[in-house]
Order: sequence, then C-alpha cells, then structure tokens
Amino acid sequence: MTAVHEDAGPEVDRLRELLIADLDTGFAELVRLYQDIVYATLLRACQHPADAEDLAAEAFLRAYRALADFDRTRIAELRPRPWLVTIALNTWRNSVRDRGRRPAQVSLDELVDQPAQTDDFAAADNRIDLGAELAELVDLLPEKQRIAVVLRHVTELSVPEVAEVLRVPEGTVRSHISRGLSRLRSELAQRRSHEVML
Amino acid sequence: MTSGLGDATDDVVRALAGLAPEPIDLMPRIFAWWCRVDAPIGEVFVAFTERGVCYLRSSELVLAEPMLFSESFRARFRRPVLPAPRPPDGLESALRTGELGELRLDLRDLTEFERAVLVAAGRIPVGEVRPYTWIAREIGRPAAAGGVGTALVRNPVPLLVPCHRVIHPGGDVGGYVLGRQVKERLLRAEMVNLDEVRVLAGRRVYYLGCTSTNVVCFPTCQHVRAVTEEYRRGFRTVDEAVAAGYLPCPHCRPGH
Repeated sequence: MTAVHEDAGPEVDRLRELLIADLDTGFAELVRLYQDIVYATLLRACQHPADAEDLAAEAFLRAYRALADFDRTRIAELRPRPWLVTIALNTWRNSVRDRGRRPAQVSLDELVDQPAQTDDFAAADNRIDLGAELAELVDLLPEKQRIAVVLRHVTELSVPEVAEVLRVPEGTVRSHISRGLSRLRSELAQRRSHEVML
Repeated sequence: MTSGLGDATDDVVRALAGLAPEPIDLMPRIFAWWCRVDAPIGEVFVAFTERGVCYLRSSELVLAEPMLFSESFRARFRRPVLPAPRPPDGLESALRTGELGELRLDLRDLTEFERAVLVAAGRIPVGEVRPYTWIAREIGRPAAAGGVGTALVRNPVPLLVPCHRVIHPGGDVGGYVLGRQVKERLLRAEMVNLDEVRVLAGRRVYYLGCTSTNVVCFPTCQHVRAVTEEYRRGFRTVDEAVAAGYLPCPHCRPGH
C-alpha cells in the first residue's frame, strides 16, 4: 500500500494546509493518500469487493461534505486516518441497516489474490496459502473481534485510534484483538495439524 | 508448518498486514471535472463525472469565472470538482450538432420525474417546439404542467437536453435557465417559425390542419410546415379539429 502509515508528520501537515488553501485540490490529495486504507478496511468489514468500492466512494463523498462545513481550525486539527475510518465504518453500518440484513458472504476467491488450488503442491505451500486461509478465518470471527483485528492489523491503526474509532475503552479493544488473534492462531494451528495428519 | 506456534504467531500478524488488497483508484468515483468549450451560444462551462456530463452553464452566467462555475457546481452537487485535462469525447460535436451521439449524461441527482421530463424534451426535433402540457402528457402526468416548468428550469444540462424547445402555446418562449433571450436566439437559429406562431396565436389559432390529409399538428411541426397556405386550416383546440374530422398528427402528437 502507498498510503501513509502515521497520522502525523510533514505529509499530513501538508495535507491539512492544502485542504485549507483549496478544499478540492486538498481533497484529491487526501483521497490519494487514504483510499487504500479506507478500501482495505471496508473490504474486510463488508467482505465484498464491489460493495467495498461503493462504500469507499460514498465514505469519501461524506467526508468531503463534512469538510466543506469545517472551519480552518477544525481542519488544522484533523487526524485524517481515524476520522476517515470512522466515516467508512459508519457508512458500512448504515448500508447494512438500510438493507435490513448483512451483505451475503461471498466467495473467498474475490477477497484475496489466491493461486488456483488445483494441485496439491499449491496447497502445500504454506506461505502462499496463509493469506487466503487467514482471510477466510478473519471473515469467520465474531464482528467485534473481526473489526478490532482488522483496524489494528490490516488498517494498522494504533490501539488508541481503534478505541476512538469504535468508541470503546482501549482495554476493550485490546481484549477484542487478543481474543481475535488467539482464535486465528488456534484455528490455523488446528488446520495445520489436520494437514500434517493427512 | 510444524515449527511451533511462536513462528505461526508472527506469521499471523504479518499475514494480516498482507491482507490489504491491491491499490485502488477511487478518484473517478468521487470527483467531477470541469472544462470550457465553445457552443453555438458562445463559450460554456461543462462539468462531467465518469458517468457523463452532469452540468452546463453559459460563460455569461458565471461571468466567465471558473471559480463561480465550480462554486455553483459544488453548491448543487456537493461533490469535489477539478479542472479537466480535456473535454469529454463527443461534447463539442454534441454542442455543435444538437445531437448527443455517443455523449453520455449523468442525471443521477435528479428525481425520476425530472429525468422523465428531460427525456421527453430530448425527443422534440430541431426546429420544432412543444408546450409544457405536451411534456406532462407525454410522461403520463397530464396534470403536472407546472412541475414540468420547474423541472425544465432546473435542467442541469441545457443545450444538451433541448429544454429550450418547450415554450408557451402562444409563442411566449417562457423561462430558461440560460436566459429568455438566449432561448429565443436558439429557437430562431433552429429555424422555428416563432413569428408565425405568434401571428396565429393572435388569431386564436394554436393548431394547424392539412385539408388534404386531414391531419392536425402543432404549427411548428415539419409535417404542416410543408403544407401550403391554401391547404391549411387553423383550429383553436385539437377537439375542434377532431370534431371536424381531423386526426392528431402521429409525428408531433398534439394530443386529444
């Protein structure tokens, strides 16, 4: 990903200045910097690439409409990454609520670039296989653990940022993440031992 | 795979970071672009998205200021807009010929009703005009002529959707988003017989029948304009014409 990984520093300072000087030019830069993070987050949240793209575009439009009403003080204090991820998750939750149901779970082939598993050698390649397997296991996590794990380890927000985005205490975030990770580990270990036995 | 859980643990966190999908380009989904091009009425500003042209204003209307155009775009669409590297394909020829051709329009922000009004207006041929009530009837909402007027004045893409071809029956051109004078100029440039329409209306004639074919038309219909004076008969209403044995023209559909 080409996106920024720190929500401070000269790049973010420059972005804030751009947004204040010329909203639309600044916004193009904001989209360029954060679109991958917003899309990655939504992809793991809604679990469907086409939906994730729609939701990401909608989230950015919401962000634009909000920014248009911000004064310069508010833009100067903006921390784009947690702010955008918050909007993205709200956009996703609204879409889920509007449809009255969760989007259908879809084929995992769409979720990761996965080599075709037509031969036994591909399945035996532990490293390549891990991504696809992990995507599958992440999608099976309970929602709270899934979103916390995704925000921390896919979106790469800090624990305080995850807490801010999800509006829960940091301790709760840590516990969701740790329970999610240990579940992933044990599921993986189980699958591995199953493979070995085969 | 049997090297113990310690390695697997690091693998999990590392693999999670690797779950990020391929880079994506959302710019076309979010932004609109603007350009300025020449049209028969002079320079116009045009905004478009990946779906098509969504906004057109005469340069005159925005005092030739790109800033005023993009501000009015943002106020209406609440979407970011940047200068386009070049106009969309087909825009200049669509403006020159009055035919959309391959040019697509992005009318997603309109209501169903507004879209229906614009689609109906798009069916009026060059050189002809229709009254507001005609559009209302064409879209199956005969009582909504007032709403038709509002929808036409809100037309985001005048010229490309020829809302200037909808006027009052007596030849009063009515309102226009680019100004009444521009509307009159456009209609004259399209060879609409506005003066004749006004003279006829002065005699309370709003429809013309052809005595040899027994078809009744709007006075701007190409069909009746080809008919010489001696074979014409004027009517105040379509009902009168029908009572006299005339059929409403299938081309201009004056209604009955």
